[in-house]
Amino acid sequence: MSDMGMIKISGLKKYFGPKRVLDGVDLEIDKGKITVIIGRSGEGKSVLIKHIIGLLKPDEGQIFLEGQEISSMNERDWGEVRKRFGMLFQSAALFDSMTVGENVGFALKEHTELADEDIMKVVGEKLRRVGLVGVEHMMPAELSGGMKKRVGLARAIVMDPEIVLFDEPTTGLDPIMSDSIADLVLDTQRSLQTTYILITHDIPFTYKIADKIAMLHEGRIIEQGSVEQMKKNPNPVVRQFLEGRAEGPIKVY
Amino acid sequence: MIIRAYLEKVGRMAEKFVDTAGLMSMMLFQAVVHAFTPPVKFRNIFKQMEFVGVQSLFVVILTGSFTGMVLALQSFNALKRFGAESLVGPTVALSMARELGPVLTGLMVTGRAGSAMATELGTMRVTEQIDALVTMAVNPVKYLVVPRVVAGVLMFPLLAIITDFVGVLGGYLVGVKLLGINPGVYIGRTIDYVQIDDIFAGLYKATVFGLITTLVASFNGFYTTGGAEGVGRAATNSVVTASVMILVSDYLMSSFMV
Repeated sequence: MSDMGMIKISGLKKYFGPKRVLDGVDLEIDKGKITVIIGRSGEGKSVLIKHIIGLLKPDEGQIFLEGQEISSMNERDWGEVRKRFGMLFQSAALFDSMTVGENVGFALKEHTELADEDIMKVVGEKLRRVGLVGVEHMMPAELSGGMKKRVGLARAIVMDPEIVLFDEPTTGLDPIMSDSIADLVLDTQRSLQTTYILITHDIPFTYKIADKIAMLHEGRIIEQGSVEQMKKNPNPVVRQFLEGRAEGPIKVY
Repeated sequence: MIIRAYLEKVGRMAEKFVDTAGLMSMMLFQAVVHAFTPPVKFRNIFKQMEFVGVQSLFVVILTGSFTGMVLALQSFNALKRFGAESLVGPTVALSMARELGPVLTGLMVTGRAGSAMATELGTMRVTEQIDALVTMAVNPVKYLVVPRVVAGVLMFPLLAIITDFVGVLGGYLVGVKLLGINPGVYIGRTIDYVQIDDIFAGLYKATVFGLITTLVASFNGFYTTGGAEGVGRAATNSVVTASVMILVSDYLMSSFMV
């Protein structure tokens, strides 16, 4: 284990009934870096990321956070560990019964003793960091897809977490909006040196932000490396995916 | 072969039933533990009490009054044959207090609030809002299920009292104003025959029905799978399951309380 390893996943296996989704995933996530996990839809990328934050429990294998095994923890201990994480969901998963401001400030209200006006100050500051001003009183239903993602990101970073997980942050957005989300990811990550873990199948987005790319295929991490290394990687599966071709070793159903 | 397939089907159904019962018991256990662990979220509880209680007032007043009225009409018709018209008052009051007040409240509020609860929690599940709560280190049972169950247990008895009251009032109007029973006899006989225990017997039932409705709705919503269709299924299942459980538990409780 390198001294940079923040999270270490070893031999992770997960079955849903008879279907084997993860088949021995080994991966190290470096501290303060952006790790992008790529792979086809339905390859279990979401399943993998949900294991990292304890929404799913592995059938076999372990996950370590700074040397401490988190995969076997009970719910009470997870409560403390999760305060070190933030997560942006694919559909943003904003609470639709609350305003944008209440959504972003939710964790502060639940876990800190801050007064309401102090919470709103932090909320306003985080919203500005994701490029939104004066939206605190809007309801999530009034927001566009890109704005929802931004509010979701503000909510994920409101407690200044050490690790932020992103579940397909650009799915459903136009290329320009995807690029602005990429800028936002870089922006928020560089200023605090947070550890970011993203899953996506958006290749231009990946090339722009990744410190490390790992490819998940048939339940395992088959190749990993920097953007330059992956661009030169001769593995035909990686080549086909990065170049987006229908013909190749990956079967299209 | 046919017998085997049949047995397998029965086995799967039994397995599913035991699974569900087990998961629901665990949810109840967690809810009870979290209900008494500080910090208690009064704001969420009040919000649910308003939803379950205040917003159900209209529908229980409507059902309660018409049920009381029709009871007076029918029992008058029956009791007249024995020359016992004076017993219409206690008949209406006892039926309402011991049986119809709590049961009608239970069924009506299950249809109104139970289905809405299952839909809301089911939508939160399929749009990953419940997962989002978990990732923000907030226990979803404490945050979502406890306020609903507490609100049900507290508000159902209150709604049952109101149903009882408007039922007796409706019975009085029909019996005295329409059918011409002497008002003094009507009220006097009612007070003579109806004991405070009769009213409490109904309120205990209502408390249990409140628990059933909110727990079943929360459970179905919480474990929703399969998108919009799944949310619809959760709402239907919670109404059907809770209604059947109310009627079955009503019989069991009545047989212990006679």
